[in-house]
Order: sequence, then C-alpha cells, then structure tokens
Amino acid sequence: MSKVLMKGNEAIAEAAIAAGCVYFFGYPITPQTEVAEYMAKRLPKVGGLCLQAESEVAAINMLMGASAGGTRAMTSSSSPGVSLKSEGISYIAGCDLPCLVVNVQRGGPGLGGIQPSQQDYYQATRGVGHGDLRLIVLAPSSVQEMASLTAEAFDLADAYRMPAMLLADGALGQMMEPVDFSVFPKRELPEKTWATNGTKGQRKKNIVNSLFIDPNELENSIRARYERYAKVEENEVRYEEYMTDDADIILVAFGITARIAKSAIADMRKTGIKAGLLRPITLWPFPKKKLAELADTAKVFLSVEMSMGQMVDDVRLAVGGKRPVHFFGRTGGIIPSVEEVAEEIRKLAEA
Amino acid sequence: MTTRFIFAGSGGQGIQFSGKQMAKTGMHVGKNVTFLPSYGPEMRGGTSNCTVVISDEEIGSPSVSTPDILVAMNLPSFDKFEPKVAPGGILFCDSTLVDKKSEREDIQAVYVPATGLASENDLTGFANVILLGVILKVTGIFDFADFEDYLLSNIPAAKTALIEKNRKALELGWNYLQ
Repeated sequence: MSKVLMKGNEAIAEAAIAAGCVYFFGYPITPQTEVAEYMAKRLPKVGGLCLQAESEVAAINMLMGASAGGTRAMTSSSSPGVSLKSEGISYIAGCDLPCLVVNVQRGGPGLGGIQPSQQDYYQATRGVGHGDLRLIVLAPSSVQEMASLTAEAFDLADAYRMPAMLLADGALGQMMEPVDFSVFPKRELPEKTWATNGTKGQRKKNIVNSLFIDPNELENSIRARYERYAKVEENEVRYEEYMTDDADIILVAFGITARIAKSAIADMRKTGIKAGLLRPITLWPFPKKKLAELADTAKVFLSVEMSMGQMVDDVRLAVGGKRPVHFFGRTGGIIPSVEEVAEEIRKLAEA
Repeated sequence: MTTRFIFAGSGGQGIQFSGKQMAKTGMHVGKNVTFLPSYGPEMRGGTSNCTVVISDEEIGSPSVSTPDILVAMNLPSFDKFEPKVAPGGILFCDSTLVDKKSEREDIQAVYVPATGLASENDLTGFANVILLGVILKVTGIFDFADFEDYLLSNIPAAKTALIEKNRKALELGWNYLQ
C-alpha cells in the first residue's frame, strides 16, 4: 500500500482497526474527536462497534467490560477526559485487563485550553489512577508513529495483560503527514484463557475482579503484577538517538517536542556545538539505563517539554546526579519554537 | 531544500484546502511533507490558517514561525503574518480583500486580485485555486501538470463542472502574471 496523507487522529483509528480493534467507546473532546469520528464511520463496516457513551466515565467502564470479554478494544480522549477515566483505568489495571487508552493532550489544568500540551506526563507515568499500578506509555512523534505505536500498544497490552496508553498531543492529532500502513510487524500473543467469554460447558468459569478483602491476597496479586512490570522494564524500553555519539549536550524530549529539538540540534551543529537528542518512545518503561550510559560521556542534559517540567524528574533520576540536568519548556498550549530551543542549547554551550 | 508555507484567511475561503493540496502534491512527488491546521473556533468561521512544510529532508518542526511563503487572503492575516515572512521570502496577497501593500524591502510581494478575478470569470469560491496557480508560476515548486493532476484527481469524476472550474481557476492563476 502506498502512502496516504492523513491526520494523526485518523491514523490512530485506522491503525487500531487494522490491528483488530473491534470496540471503541468514547466521548467527544477537542483535539481528539476525529478518532471517534473515523471509528464511527469505519468500525461498523468491519463488523465492529463504535459507541458514543454518555460520559467518559461510562466509556472507560464499557471498555473494561469489552476487555474482560477478551476482545480488542479502546477508548480515546483528551486531558480533562482522561482525568475522568482515571478511576476506570485503575480498575482495569487491578483486573489485569489489556486495552488501549489514547490521550491526545491539551493544555490544563482544569478545562485549560484546546492547544497541544505535554502536561499529562505525570498523570500517564505516575498517577493515572489510585493504587500500585503502571501503564505502558508510548509517545509517538509523527503521524506514522501515531499509527505504528497504536498497533504496538495493543500487542504490548495483550502480551503483558495490562492497559497501554498512547500519549500524543493536539499537534500530532491534528497535523497531516504521509502514513504507510503496510509496515507493521505482528507478534505472537498468548491466548486469552482468562476472558469471561462463556464457558460453553468446557471449562470452569473465569472471574475478573479487583477486590481482595484479605490484605495478604491483595499483596500477592500486586506482587505477581509487578513481576510482569519488571519484564516490561527489561524487554520493552524503546527510544531513538540522534547525534548522541559525540554530544556534549544531550537534549531529552518526546513527541512533537522531540522534532523541534532535532531541528534545533541540527542548527546548532552547524555552529560547531555538539548537541544530541535522546527521544524516549516508551515513557514507561523510561529509558533510564540509556540515559545513565550517556551521563558517562555527555557533559550536561536539557529536558525540553510542553509543560512546566515533568519528565525532567525522570531524567534527573536516571542521570543520578552525575551531570547537571536543565529544563526548558513552554506550556498552556504553546509549541516551543526551534529558535528558542536553539538559544537554550547555545546558552549551555557557552556556560 | 525546505519550503515553509503559511496559508491564512477567513473560514470558507478554502485556506485548509489550499494547504492540503500543496502537501498532497509534495507527498506524491516524493517529498517529506507536514500540514498543520489551526483548529478550534476557526472551524466555525472567523480566521483560518494552516502551515505546510515541504522538504527533501526529515521535517523537524511542523509549526512555522517565519514562513518562506505567505498566502494572505484577508487583512487580519496580512497584518498578523506579513512581518513574520523570512527575509528573501514571498508574500502572495489577495489584493481584492487586502487594501494594503507591504513596506518591506527584504521580501518579494505578489498582489493578485484573486477574489475579483474569480467573480469576473464565474469562479466565485475559487480565489484560492487562482492563487495556487500564481504560486506555482512564481515559485516553480511543482510541475504545473503534476499539481493539476493531483488537484483534479481528488474530485469525483461525476462532478465534471467542479473539475472544470478548478482547472479554469488554476490556469487563470498560472497565466495571470505574464
């Protein structure tokens, strides 16, 4: 299949359908509504179901049900809507259910604004719901990755029986770029023997549950889950390096911001400043080993984000005090310009 | 080579269409392209703009603060973006609707009464396509035939009147500056 010019939000929806997603539950919110719009048009034609729920809370609980039934299903929203879903996401994690939650971030807190942001990094990687839990968090940086990481997120969720999140932003959702849908690898996945999809008189009934009154039982279930989380951390870290080999200054940026960082680095390289980029593709698991390695050779780190500084905490933890870690960000829906990021690099080079 | 466009005007003038058409042609001829629309209240009327980047290299930022090419189809767009055009850049202006000239000496300004030309030629609503023809001529960014092919191939074959109007508007723009 040749390339098609597509919006990021549409690419998510098309990739999800191609990956075998048959249920979509959502509620409209700018800037991700095109995901639902596309699903509403296309899913019924492939035998699936797209349902606009009465609220985000209802949508996430429908998703829990569909996932418990062993089907491939997803929801999508933008920042305030994901906050509403957080209770359900915690239940889904507590029930060990795989599913995809998409967050096309906008400015917050509160209703905030509708322009792109990365202010939900903490929420996605730390506090997406109550309790000891993790989500696999994938951060696309192009419309092509909006598609490929959607497919990947479904597979990772199934492989580790846990929810995955695609953490995008309004710019990636709204922008159009060429996408090639023919290039996604398929992985071998375990059969969903735990699904509550009818015993047909052939097996004992399955129970999907997150309530454990006995604390020992609860602790055991959490420890078992954390063993799987450890495997995710061991096997599924993804990142991209750009000109890091000889870099004195390492920028760390994800999503749309990483592209701006790349342009700024390329400009600064022309003036002889050795800068490079580490772009985390998985925000959890975070590429902390790679950053620790880079701290042996680089002199200084700069986290660039569309927030007041959230991922910078993870960069500091990974660098472990070996090198200074600086931060530059714009927030509230402002995309940093290449020029202002280049200026930050220049200041660090001269310091 | 990287060319960064801002198309700006009023909702309903076909600003997003023009931007998408540039990006699509770029994709078909093998370039890297990004198209970033303004979104939100603009969709319900008012100002509308989009940015397009066409490049032989990987595209970093899809957002553009200093465009190489600005297409301004109303006065607020002219006022907002004309000062931001990169030195050596080109301003295309619908002079029917923008009653102003650029005072900058470091950019090239091209004034085309596109809305007026459209209504005189039974092409109301196609001022944006007329401007696309002018842009192709002045910049040489794409082969005229390539651009026309991709423009017309998006229109269902049954809508022959629409195909004809697009073709006529594009050719009018292409031939405007003799």
